[in-house]
Amino acid sequence: MTAATTTTAPPAQPTAEGALATIKRGLSLSPELRRGLPGTIGIALLATAGRVIVPIAVQQIIDSGLSGGDVDMSFVMRMTMVALAAVVITAAATGWMHLRLARVAETALSGLRIRAFRHIHDLSMLHQAAEQRGVLVARVTSDVDQISRFMQWAGLMLIVNTGQALLAITVMLVLSVPLGLVVLALVPLIILMIRWFQSRLEVAYLQVRERVGHMLATLAETVVGAPVIWAYGIETRTRARLQEAIEGHRSAAVRAGTISASFSGAGELSSAIVVAAVLVVGTVLAVDGSTTPGTVVAFLFLVQLFVQPVQIMGEAVNEAQNAVAGWRRVLDVLAIAPDVADPGADGVDLPHEPVGIRFEDVVFRYPRPGETASEASAAPALRNVTLQIAPRERVAVVGETGSGKTTFAKLLTRLLDPSEGCVEIGGLDIRKVRFDSLRDRVVMVPQEGILFRGTIADNVRMGRPDAGDRELTASFRRLGLDDWLGELPAGLVTPVGERGGALSVGERQLVTLARAAIADPDLLVLDEATSAVDPVTEVRISRALHELTAGRTVVTIAHRLSTAEAADRVLVFDGGRVVQDGSHAELLAEGGVYGRLYASWDRGTAG
Amino acid sequence: MTTEAETARPTDDVALLGRGGDLIARQLRRAPREFAVGGFGTLLYAAMTIVSSFVVGWITDSVLLPGVEAGEIGTATLAGAAAAVVGVAAARAAGITLRRVGAYYAQYRLQYRDRIEVTDRYLDLPIEWHRRHPTGQLLSNANEDVEAASFVAAPLPMAFGVVVMLLITAILLMLTDPFLALIGFSVGPALVLANYVFQRKMRAVAAKAQRLRAEVAEIAHESFDAALVVKTLGREDAEVGRFGARSDALRDRMVEVGRLRAAFDPLIEALPNVGILAVLAVGAWRVDQGAVTPGTLITFAYLFRLVALPVRVFGWLLGELPRSVVGMDRVEGVLGEDGGVRYGGRTPATEGGAEADADAVGYLYAETEYADLSGANRQRPAAGNGYERRGIDSITLSVDSGKTVALVGPTGSGKSTFAHLLVRLFDPDKGEVSLDGHGLVDLDRVALTDAVSIVFQETFLFNDTVYNNITLGETFDESEVISAATLAQANEFIAQLDDGYATVVGERGATLSGGQRQRIALARALVRNPRLLVLDDATSAVDPAVENAILAGLRHLDTTVVIVAYRRSSITLADEVIYIDYGRVIDRGPHAVLYDSLPAYRDLIDAYEQEQEPA
Repeated sequence: MTAATTTTAPPAQPTAEGALATIKRGLSLSPELRRGLPGTIGIALLATAGRVIVPIAVQQIIDSGLSGGDVDMSFVMRMTMVALAAVVITAAATGWMHLRLARVAETALSGLRIRAFRHIHDLSMLHQAAEQRGVLVARVTSDVDQISRFMQWAGLMLIVNTGQALLAITVMLVLSVPLGLVVLALVPLIILMIRWFQSRLEVAYLQVRERVGHMLATLAETVVGAPVIWAYGIETRTRARLQEAIEGHRSAAVRAGTISASFSGAGELSSAIVVAAVLVVGTVLAVDGSTTPGTVVAFLFLVQLFVQPVQIMGEAVNEAQNAVAGWRRVLDVLAIAPDVADPGADGVDLPHEPVGIRFEDVVFRYPRPGETASEASAAPALRNVTLQIAPRERVAVVGETGSGKTTFAKLLTRLLDPSEGCVEIGGLDIRKVRFDSLRDRVVMVPQEGILFRGTIADNVRMGRPDAGDRELTASFRRLGLDDWLGELPAGLVTPVGERGGALSVGERQLVTLARAAIADPDLLVLDEATSAVDPVTEVRISRALHELTAGRTVVTIAHRLSTAEAADRVLVFDGGRVVQDGSHAELLAEGGVYGRLYASWDRGTAG
Repeated sequence: MTTEAETARPTDDVALLGRGGDLIARQLRRAPREFAVGGFGTLLYAAMTIVSSFVVGWITDSVLLPGVEAGEIGTATLAGAAAAVVGVAAARAAGITLRRVGAYYAQYRLQYRDRIEVTDRYLDLPIEWHRRHPTGQLLSNANEDVEAASFVAAPLPMAFGVVVMLLITAILLMLTDPFLALIGFSVGPALVLANYVFQRKMRAVAAKAQRLRAEVAEIAHESFDAALVVKTLGREDAEVGRFGARSDALRDRMVEVGRLRAAFDPLIEALPNVGILAVLAVGAWRVDQGAVTPGTLITFAYLFRLVALPVRVFGWLLGELPRSVVGMDRVEGVLGEDGGVRYGGRTPATEGGAEADADAVGYLYAETEYADLSGANRQRPAAGNGYERRGIDSITLSVDSGKTVALVGPTGSGKSTFAHLLVRLFDPDKGEVSLDGHGLVDLDRVALTDAVSIVFQETFLFNDTVYNNITLGETFDESEVISAATLAQANEFIAQLDDGYATVVGERGATLSGGQRQRIALARALVRNPRLLVLDDATSAVDPAVENAILAGLRHLDTTVVIVAYRRSSITLADEVIYIDYGRVIDRGPHAVLYDSLPAYRDLIDAYEQEQEPA
């Protein structure tokens, strides 16, 4: 399309920031988290404490309750009751922790999500370029989801398991220093094993993701391209492509699965090695009398409580890294300063009358990737444009793709600010006009009929939220579209489907026109449609346009030269400059760029 | 997708378990080798889990306690004990690995088989069937449904192992001591039940959260895509309100997830601990009575810990079942579709333009096409609003060999449908379409696709090179490809692409303009040198001047051409115009004649001309 949509938005800032700095930045933006998290972590640690109670009870009962063949039942019962109470307290603390965590984290994250959404809308078109949209959606969806998952699972695991591992090793050291040291000595081995598997798993899962993408694309081709496949009889080739893609996914998935399965096996084995070491050393110590049999048995339980969390933490650390990266991306979007900013309370309002426009030596450059709008250094899309449009004038803007006409329209509606020079509207610097007033008085109808899921009424009412049904109908009538509306099964309340998909392209344009009409703007900027709607609809649209533009200042980006013929004045853009300016007849006589455009158009439509 | 899981009542559960049984039986049959490996692994795992707790008990009774009492211990005994621990653990680890490897291989084998079979069926089913099913549904059938049906494979080997483990444990408990057995029999089922209820509730909430997540993403997509409108109409606050409402609803569901965790996590964690404590208390009493040894007590306390965690697998399995059953039903639904397309063995002539005839042909679209219009019945007498009306009523016409014929009519008049019937994208409800006098249904499949080519209104390009998009994998001389592209007015721009004909066009040809894509699609048809070429508004995005050049070039071919067109310039290039409306042929004749004699035709053609004059 135009240069605007192919320019990548500058990233906010380099992302060499450390994890802690990101978390600090994130917490400062979400005070709910800062207030709520310390308490939750405290409760989580309390919950962990309960987990080591049972092994201690085992040790106590074996050593004191069952020692020497005599069973001290009253001691066993006392011990059991104490442990039971601890189990109940632990359970209550665990429950409380989950409750708090969910409430605190999710409230904060929903707030962050909404704030990021708002902020993205406040950024200029430069940041909202077409290729960026998927990325921007990810900022308010998967990135935030990742933080949520981290808070609810991995983050919790990290805290609980760190606590559990620390507590288990502390208890071990208290029960027996040498046995505890034996366990600690084996920790590096376990960590090495985890690292080794994780790095392999990462590679394997990356490949799975790639293969899934390839498989889905191939599936989509088969489904969407069914008519072509059928009509050209290429089932055999398609089967081969599918087989290759589906098998590719299967083989990558089982490869990752095999690594993951071996990982579990290795984890199992590593904890057995720790148990065996404890058993050997423990038995020797017990025979020596420097430790008790109960301690050795308790260690068998404690080792489980220690090794398991170490393994889980390995996984959780990975997840934590992803979550922090996601958080950083969201924060980075929030850190981008809106480059086309609303003057807000300091601004002025536009008068309620048709407005004129003045461009004074306006230059516009799109930023290259990595640049902010003010640093933009690309070749100018507009070069020193100076012109004036009178109130109530109808101006058509023509030019080839990339000539600068769309950029001109965007500057006119303050979707962008000029790199140099000044745009005035109604005698005021456009940068001083409050957005409320500007959006109220200046309306742009984009080329694609962009609709939202909902009814026709919902969509038209966006032009003026307080409009009643009668006014909506009147708006269609004024455009000569009441018969069209009447033919719809549910009239105004006909659902338009996802992105207006239930309506034809032409019909979507009719709805956007009604939306512009009801907004009753003083300056109307139209980006005309070229899509192949059928002739009858085209006539209908052009009639509607004519009606809509009466008595207003109108700037139309004309793709059909019939529109230029109907305008008071035609501006011809070429290479970012206005190269011709005058009425259709004058320009036709002049020839030049306009003459060339007209000739090529005429050849195509004349019978 | 998971509504069944959410609304299921206990009576449905019985039915579900029945269907779950069917599902498991089906999947076991479809990946027997993989499941055998998993089954072997899980048995090894179950056996070694139980053995390991006996090893601990044996060490307590025979190594540790006697050693302490005797004040000395033999190195051999100690080494034996260590070897026993490591050896059993190694066997158990092997069991776990095999069990999981088997489960993964089974799961992905099942996905592989179902995907291949489902897509095979897609390729067999006629376009008419494809039309009745939205793209999204077919995709999710081949992807998510297949995946869901295979999920059951993941917990299955483990569940089998746990059943074995529990059975052995139960028997051992009963043989050892009825009181300890009683503890096992109360804690075990309670744990299974708690897991099951948790998974059920969790799945329902998770499904809701997933739906909300999709809605949040959808609003974000829609809103950012429409950023221009949001900005120019100053709709930011309204959009934030809309997005915020969904985001907060998602938050509420996630808090509910937290609440469920808060209720069940502690319970599931506490139950085994309570069991162990009970074993200790009761066991100590039984030791006091001399009924069991301390080693036995340790064995069972240890066993409780080992068995408690795997019991969760039942919750997992039961939780996955509803979704898997739904997935299987959908997959089976597709596999059970009957294609109903039969081909004959006849072959038409191989030279010269084909003669195409239609005899009282009628075709009505199925109702389901209108699903997106909220069920409203939209009968549209007026032309030109982009609504497809319901197919064609009755068309009889013949196109002579080598002629170029234009099908003209308002939107929804049946032109495209007729064009599709001409190349047998689907069969008419009544009447017959024939080629060189042979009914299309009597023709050989390959012979038919060799003889006719259609170029669609909506271009479809594969994610492949330009060259392969033209040849579609068939063998052509490079010169043939270039001359077809030249005729389609595509050679010039293709040559200017970065890699020329070797340029990969990207998904759905996104890197090319609409007109360029249409020209590649046209070259694809032309390189096959068809005897009947059908262009279904195939040049709508091409510049008018280029379109005329293309059509003028086609006239030199020895091919019958049927084009569906709007532009006057392209219509006038045809030998004859057939005006269609209301699914019938209204009239036919040369453009000039029809223009004079048929007001409806004149109006349609003039509508485009009117565009050129200020309204």
